[in-house]
Parts: sequence; C-alpha cells; structure tokens
Amino acid sequence: MKKMWWIVALAVLCGGVAGVRAEEPALTAPSAAPAMIEEALKGLAGEDAAVQEAAVQTLITRGDADLLPRLEAMRAEGDRSLRMAIKPVLDLLKSKTKLTSRKAEDRRSAAADLAATGNPMALVWLEAALPTEQDRWVRYQIEESINLTKLAADDPAVKAAAASRLGELHSQNAVPALKELAGPSTSPGQAPAADSGERSPEQALVAKAAAEAIERIETWSSWTSAIETFFRGISLSSVLLLMALGLAIIFGLMGVINMAHGEFMMLGAYATFLTQEGFKAWLPPGLFDYYFLLAMPCSFLAAGLFGLLLEASLIRFLYGRPLETLLATWGVSLILIQGARVVFGDLTSVVAPSWLSGGMQLMVGVQLPYNRLFIIALAAVCVLGIYFLLFRTGVGLRVRAVMQNRNMSACLAIPTRKVDAYTFAFGSGLAGLAGCALTLIGNVEPGLGQNYIVDSFMVVVTGGVGKLAGTIVASLGIGGLNKLLEPSFGAVYGKVFILVLVILFLQWRPSGLFTIKGRHVES
Amino acid sequence: MKEESINGDSGMRGEGFSFWLVGFVLLIVLPLLNVLPGTDSPLHVSDFTLNLFGKFLAFAILALGLDLIWGYTGILSLGHGVFFGLGAYAIGMHMMLSIGTESVYGSALPDFMVWNQVKELPLFWKPFSSAWLSVAAAILVPTIFAAIFGFLAFRSRIKGVYFSIITQALALSAWLVFNRNETNLGGTNGLTDFKTFFGFRLSEPGTQRTLYVVTVFFLGGAYLLCRWIIKSRTGKVLVAIRDSEQRVLFSGYSPANYKLFVFVVSAALAGLAGALYVPQVGIITPAQIGVLPSIEMVIWVAVGGRGTLVGAVLGAVGVNLGRSILTNHFPELWPFFLGGLFIAVVLFFPDGCVGLLRKLGGGWSSRKAGEGLDKPLATSEPGSR
Repeated sequence: MKKMWWIVALAVLCGGVAGVRAEEPALTAPSAAPAMIEEALKGLAGEDAAVQEAAVQTLITRGDADLLPRLEAMRAEGDRSLRMAIKPVLDLLKSKTKLTSRKAEDRRSAAADLAATGNPMALVWLEAALPTEQDRWVRYQIEESINLTKLAADDPAVKAAAASRLGELHSQNAVPALKELAGPSTSPGQAPAADSGERSPEQALVAKAAAEAIERIETWSSWTSAIETFFRGISLSSVLLLMALGLAIIFGLMGVINMAHGEFMMLGAYATFLTQEGFKAWLPPGLFDYYFLLAMPCSFLAAGLFGLLLEASLIRFLYGRPLETLLATWGVSLILIQGARVVFGDLTSVVAPSWLSGGMQLMVGVQLPYNRLFIIALAAVCVLGIYFLLFRTGVGLRVRAVMQNRNMSACLAIPTRKVDAYTFAFGSGLAGLAGCALTLIGNVEPGLGQNYIVDSFMVVVTGGVGKLAGTIVASLGIGGLNKLLEPSFGAVYGKVFILVLVILFLQWRPSGLFTIKGRHVES
Repeated sequence: MKEESINGDSGMRGEGFSFWLVGFVLLIVLPLLNVLPGTDSPLHVSDFTLNLFGKFLAFAILALGLDLIWGYTGILSLGHGVFFGLGAYAIGMHMMLSIGTESVYGSALPDFMVWNQVKELPLFWKPFSSAWLSVAAAILVPTIFAAIFGFLAFRSRIKGVYFSIITQALALSAWLVFNRNETNLGGTNGLTDFKTFFGFRLSEPGTQRTLYVVTVFFLGGAYLLCRWIIKSRTGKVLVAIRDSEQRVLFSGYSPANYKLFVFVVSAALAGLAGALYVPQVGIITPAQIGVLPSIEMVIWVAVGGRGTLVGAVLGAVGVNLGRSILTNHFPELWPFFLGGLFIAVVLFFPDGCVGLLRKLGGGWSSRKAGEGLDKPLATSEPGSR
C-alpha cells in the first residue's frame, strides 16, 4: 500500500519536472513540438499513471488548441481513467480557444473558467490576452482572473499586490479567498501549523492587504445594491404608472372607479400569452423572438375592446355614482378572474424573447436587466404619448374639456358620451399594455391584477385627480418607496408603512398632490 | 325629500310586530326544534344547521353596522373585515390560551408558537388569558382602532371613493400583517383547534345552542340600538349627510363628528360579530378579514336592501345561505355567482330585496311612511368635477 503512494508521489514529481522541461523547448524550438506531442498523446493513452500525468502537463503547457479534435476523439473512445486524465486538458484548451473568440461573452466566461482552474499556465495565457483585449468587461474579467490566480501564489509580495488590486477592482468573486487570507482566526478550517503562533511580517502584510481589499469591496457592494434597489423601484413604478394613468384618466373624466382595471391588465397578460402560443404553433421558430412586438398591440387592443364592451354594457348606466360602479366593477373583476382560472388554469408563464434577456452592465456589480429597462422605456413612451394626445390634439382637447365641465362641453357640441367611451377603452388598453409588460418580469396568473390594484388606487388618491403630473409623481413615489422599504422593513411592513404615510399625507393635502385650481365646492 | 319622511314614525307598529315574530322564531322555535323532535323527524333542525344559522346571524350583526354607515350615512367602507377580524382574533386568542396543555404539543403555549419556536408568551397575548378582558377587548380594540383611523380620515375630509379606497388598503394591510408569522397571530393558518369557551366544551351541542341563543340576543340588541340611532336626531343628521354633506356643513353641523360616531359604532358591531363568530365556527384566519371578504360584506347589505335594517339582516343571512349551498355543490361557480350578484344588485335592484318586495306590494308600502327616509337619493350627483 505504502509503496503505491510512493510511486504516485514520484510520478507527480516527475510530471512536474517534465512540465518545466517541456516548457523550455517549446519556447526555443518549435520544430521539436510535434514529436513531443505525439509522445504525450501516446503516454496519455497508456496505463502508467506517472506517464499519463506527465503527458497531461506537457499538453497543457504546450497549449496547442489544434489538438482539440484529436483529444475529443480519444476521450470518446477511452476508458474512465483516460477520460478523467483528459478532462482538465480539454477544459483548459477549450477555455484558451474561447479566450480568442469573437464573442465578448465567450471571452468573458473563458477568463472566469481559467481562473477557476488555478492552473499556472492559465495565468500565462490570461496575461498574454490582456494587452490586446478591447472590450471593457472582458478586460475586467481577465484582470480579476489573473489576480485571483495570483492570490494563490507562493510569494507574499505577489499575493499582497493581487489582493489590493482585487480591492481596486471591487471584485465580489474574490471575497471568499480574501477572507481566508485576511485572518486565519476567521477560517477555522485551516490546520494550526506549528509556526502559526506568530505570523511572519510578510504574512501580516498579505493579511492587511486582504482586509483592506475586503473593506473596499464591501463598501462598493452596498452602493451597488442601493443602485439596484433604486432601479427595481423605478421599474415597479413604471408598471404602476401604466396602471394608474388609465385609472386616473377614467376617474378624472367620468368619476368612475374601475375595480376591474387590474383584470384588464390580466387580460393583456393573457393576450401576450396567447400570441406567444400562436407563434409557437403556426409560425417558424425563427420568428418566435418577434412575437412580443405583436403581443403589445394585441394586448392593448384586447383590453381596450373589452373596456369598450364593459363601458357600453355596464359603466354607462352608472355615471356619477362612483360607489355603485366600484361594486359593479368589482363583480366584473370576480367573474373575469374566475373565468381566466377556468380557461387557462392557475399558472402559465411567458418566455421573454431572447433580445430582452440579459442585461446592460453599468459598472462592476450593477447589471440592469433589459426586460426592466424595456418596461421603463415603454412607460416613458406611453407617458409622452398621452401628453401628446391630451395636449396637442383635438381629441385631447375634447377630453380635457369634458373633464373640466361636462355640461358646458355638451353645450358646445362635444359628444361627451363618445369621449367617455373611447377614453374608457383607451385607459383599459393602457392597463392591457401594462399586463403585457408585466409578463416579462413575472408569471401570468388569474389573480395578477389584484396585486396591483390597491397600489394603483393609492397612486390615484395620492396624485390627485385630473393632473397627469400628480399620477406620475405619486407612482414614482409609491413604487420607489415600496422597493426602498422592502430590504429594511420587509415587503409587508413596507406596504403598511406606505398606507400610514398616505393617510398622513392626505391630512396635509386632502385632494392629492396636484389638483385643478378653482373655487369649486368639493362635490 | 318629502317632509313626512323626516319625522315618519308610522308603520312602527307593523315593524315592531314583525321584530317580535322573527325574534320568537329565531330565539325559541329553532332551538326547540333542535332539541325536541327526534333526528328523523322532518321538523328537526340539526346541530349543524343551527350552528350555521348562528354564524349567519353573527354576520347579520356586522351587516347592521355596515348598513348604518353605508345605507344611512352614505360612506362605503371596504375595511370592515378588519374590525370583524380584530374582534374575532381577540376571542380566538383567549380560546387559544384556554386550550392550555390539551394542545398537540402539550405546551401551555399555543401550538403555532411551538412550531415557530416562540419560547415565551408575547406580552400582548397576556391580557387574553382572562375571558372577560378578552370579551371587552373584542369590542374595544376595533372601536379604538376605528376611532383613530376614522378621526384621521374624516378630519382631512377623505370622502366618497377616496374613503373606500383607503379602507380597502387598510384591509389589505391588515391581511398582510395577520398573515405574517412573526406577528404571533398564527400566520396563514390563523387560530383554530379551540376546546373551551368560558369553561364550556365547544364540541358539545349544548354549548353551541347557547352560543346561538346569545347571538340572537345580541342581534336583537344591535337591531334595537341601530333603530334607536336612526330614529334619533343623530340619525336624521346621518341621512342628511348621505344626501348632501355640503348642506349639513353649511347648516352648522360638523359632519366629521357624526361620521366618526357612526364609523365607530359600526366598527364596534363588527367586532361584536367577530367575537360571536369565532366560538361558533371554531377558526379564524387572515383569509376571513382581507379585501375580498370585506367587500363581500358590503354586498350582503346591498342585496338585502341598504338603508333598511331588516334588509341588512336579510341580506347577510340570504347571501351566506346561498354561499354555503353553492360552494357545497358547485364550488367553481360561486365566484361567478357572487360577481353576477354585485352587478345585478347595482344595475337592476339598487334597493335590494326589500326594495323589490316594496315595489311588488306597491300599495301596501306607500302607506308606510318611514320609507322615504330609507331610500337613497334618487338623483345622481353630477359627475363633472
């Protein structure tokens, strides 16, 4: 038994020596390479563990990517021990090839993979790749990988330098390794060696550098998480805004509280789902990614048409009776939810198109997902569109006129009934669009709208009726606060806290943030 | 509004007669039918049915309060589930504690606390070991809570839909908070597995029968209280607020105070209803106090006929009866039915069943004067702002 261990140890040693030896001729005499590689390949296939090990080292050191197909073939045919031996070679070589790939994403992942192997050759390759690299984030990854590898070096000076460089890079991945370096006391896994009673000055230096780096990284990460929270807050606000805009316009114009507004959102989400299924079923897969472009108008129209229907069949009988509309539309929402549950089942989800997956790397540790960016952009476009519609077109003029004084508008031959119907449909369509956007960040379920309806009513109440600016400010405020309070209070208490805030706010401004000025007595 | 409606007092004899008749049936006849005939007799009222009716009548107490604030004062509260829940949880907590070591884990602490590894009884649970304190809390906690909430809301003149939305947000928040485990209120599973109440075993039919009778008594009391309020001067002001708050304000009254008063009374009634509900049903969970149950309570009143106390009671019993029949046989259909009820009641019979009955028996009802008072303002308010 003992003998065998000796052999293994010897083999490893030999391998090491062979690796070092093999490096020199590779640099000086490339012509000698093929023979050596052939020999290594032969050795790899052989039975002798020592020879195999040496062969692995040779192959890695040579780093010849052309061998990949041959190695693959060998691996496919070979037995288990051969496969085990070949795997590290293959992985390293693959990563090396990928390091020169055209796609930045590939280069980046290759750099990360190389750091994970901890192989000294990886360091050589990475350092070779660094000067020619153009992409900022690949450079970042390569540098991080280099320093992570160096962190395991023997020389304390190199270690310390790598640690402080990692600190400068704000590398979140380095934190575990740095923590191990920073304090042996914090890592109980380390066996107390005989001489660890007092640390050598070099070691102390390394530990200090590591500790400093950790502090830097952690300060940075608290900043980045704040930024991400802020971003999530804005994207939540955007959905709320799309919902609340429709609600506010409808309420402002008709004095109608539409409790089924959330269900229009649900309808929009299901319209998106159906569009997706339609693309899956009838169109070639290559077009699948574009379904979302069609889904947006579809969901707008589906919700809008349903809004028109609801207005014609129910709402029009209830003008000026907000409490009654509230109850009736609540009934509509119950029916719609249960209907969706019967038709679609409890949980369906939409696959986001590939052009919306991934995200934009803003800085180290901050990635803005494209789908949330898209939602924000959508909301912004909608707000601009509504502004344009309301304040720059004849239709908008009529809507505003009816909003201000219904009777007078009617006297001036504005078809108030038509204005009502179309505005209601438009507001519903906006909710449908919000539902479409929501599929990008969540599941599609029958109760979808219920999660947002109370919040969006709070937005309407806080923002005041009749002014879009109020709705925008209030939805940004409430959505932002929601996300802001979540980490410290928890989602639940955050919501309760917001309710309290809204009630207190209404003490100060009973009719919301912005109101139409005038001397009217509240009706 | 016609003048006779303001001081309409006739028709009271008829009302009084039916009050005593219904009271007699509920209080004497039903329990007797439960006890006397054999189980196979067609007249026999099973323990289950009696218990079910007890539950409905507890709801009816809440409906009376809701009618007071919505039907008479015109304030639509979508948060009455919260007050109901506060009353129910107060009694539930007491019954939780009175389980003692009979619980599954044999600990003096309620079971869910053992699961959640709470070692010591939280401070706010301690008063609830006393039965009378709990009963007091079941009324007082919702009252005080409503007083604070109502004060803030009415002071800043939050009214109409705004008030409805704020109270709905309140129901949502309460639901969220009661659902949490760390608030030590049993989380999603709520409070259940009760054994005794005031020392009586809840599993015994006799206890349930007594609870039923107590509920009927309280319902009768609540009815008389509401009637007294409505017939009083205050009641007239309340109706005036419903019809034109501006005019009331300009006549020198302070609508905020009246609204606060009626809000607090109805919250207290809701708390009482919750307190009577829990021992009869044996469970209270956050699902019974959220947004949906709160708005469902409104529909009881609407279906029965808002602005009439009889209607509120009728609606609460009727809708819940329908619910328990429908959910038993076609659970999938109930939401459709409920939704349809919301729409139908608003569109086709805004005065509810009572209004419908009156329309059918036109001649008879026109002689009853008090009705004008009960009808909501027919002319719609201008929608323009």
